[in-house]
Amino acid sequence: MPKAAYQPAKASPVVRNRSAFTIRLWSVRHSKFLEKIYLALAAVFLKLHPLWNFIGYSRAEKPVMLVEKAVKTLLFDCRMCGQCALSDTGMSCPMNCPKSLRNGPCGGVRPNGNCEVEPDMPCVWVEAWRGAQEMKSSDNILKVQPPVDHSLKGTSSWLRVTSDEAARKQTENEGVK
Amino acid sequence: MSILKFDEHEAPLPPEPGHSSRGRLERILRAGEFAVTAELNPPDSADPNDVFERGAIFDGWVDGINATDGSGANCHMSSVGICALLTRVGYSPIMQISCRDHNRIAIQGNVLGAAAMGVNNILCLTGDGVQAGDQPGAKPVFDLDCMSLLRTIRQMRDEGKLLSGRKLTSPPQVFLGAAINPFAPPYDFRPLRLAKKIEAGAQFAQSQYCFDIPMLETYMDRVRDMGLDEKCFILAGVGPLASARAAKWIRSNVPGIHIPDSIIERLEGADDQKLEGKKIAIEVLQQVREMKGISGAHVMAYRQEELVAEIVHESGVLKGRKPWTREANPGFEAVAEAVENTIEHIGEAIEPSAAVAAASD
Repeated sequence: MPKAAYQPAKASPVVRNRSAFTIRLWSVRHSKFLEKIYLALAAVFLKLHPLWNFIGYSRAEKPVMLVEKAVKTLLFDCRMCGQCALSDTGMSCPMNCPKSLRNGPCGGVRPNGNCEVEPDMPCVWVEAWRGAQEMKSSDNILKVQPPVDHSLKGTSSWLRVTSDEAARKQTENEGVK
Repeated sequence: MSILKFDEHEAPLPPEPGHSSRGRLERILRAGEFAVTAELNPPDSADPNDVFERGAIFDGWVDGINATDGSGANCHMSSVGICALLTRVGYSPIMQISCRDHNRIAIQGNVLGAAAMGVNNILCLTGDGVQAGDQPGAKPVFDLDCMSLLRTIRQMRDEGKLLSGRKLTSPPQVFLGAAINPFAPPYDFRPLRLAKKIEAGAQFAQSQYCFDIPMLETYMDRVRDMGLDEKCFILAGVGPLASARAAKWIRSNVPGIHIPDSIIERLEGADDQKLEGKKIAIEVLQQVREMKGISGAHVMAYRQEELVAEIVHESGVLKGRKPWTREANPGFEAVAEAVENTIEHIGEAIEPSAAVAAASD
């Protein structure tokens, strides 16, 4: 079976049934809880900014990426696009959509809410919409997401968000002074 | 050195203030007329006449012709090629771009090429999955999605820049469209998705086949509440079903088309199912004509293209308005006459002195 972009978990789309998505669906059902964890984690990572700076972001990249990959692959079937949108998409990873749609469901969603391409998979975006309703930042799903930057594939999104946020805070502080 | 120029019937219309394109479709819609568009069945051939014949069938009945881009993930003549041919004879094509087959580099290049050939309208689609088509082993690209595609072309048009930020010396003047499907879940997200598409740059939207008026009405209620119908021209999709069997086949094999049981029962009960299918299409068309917030109709009659003119005519939705018709190019007639003249005299021997006299005339 050739590896193609739309086959999460390296499985043929034909043979996967609903049980293959149990954990991913659990994550969407608990999007509110996971959002809290995410916000706490982001705060901790930002606090650790001096440490990341000391080690060097590029040197921290590999170990952090491996941990991030393990955690997110288990919970979300993460595809390591390197620009995580989970907090905007109701904790349902849009890269699992066979068309890798990052801005909402296509017109082919089946009446039972399943994917047009993979008949036994619940549509990633039907799930995302459900998950987003539970979350505090439920309006984030209405943001227009930019196209995926494929050069970031396989890198740590956590570190990128942290360094961007730290840089933003720094310029903000400089602006105040 | 002389510069090549467009013939008169190929050149774009003069620019109008507030318009983003120089095409007829935008003018009709902005003038508040009920616009009608149709879909050309793309040929599996390299013969330009196949495109001209399929375009001529809509002549004088529609304001725009959609050139599909591998619809249903089946391979046909490319939408850029079809548009190139249609603009050559003066028709107003709506070029569809699907994200399935091209990455961002190819898409932006195609937009520039199409605009240069006189394409004024572009419909931005994500596209069907490759699994739906005749070549399921193909690599799905999906580099952009319909939303980022809209935003990319808008940036090219309004800011005169490619996605990379590199400047364009002459930006493409195009009217941007998107597709909507009010008939697929999650239903309460659908109007918000249209809002997103408008935010990303959609100026008109063509809907999926509509067979369920109450469902469309529910959708339009939300759309009107959010004021989206004032920011975007909405064209409802209408089309004839060939038979009850065809309807059932579409329902179970074509993703995203919702056909209520009542329609299928009505078709089954009819003596002439094809005629009944046409009647249903006419009724739906008349109902969307009166619906507030709907600015036009997109008539799709796959493999029954000859019915489009009949449906539009019999429904009376144009209310006497006559869309642009292709008139024979006077230059073309002169050429035809000259050719006939040559054929008549082909066997005759020519006196050298007569030829010299004719040449010096």
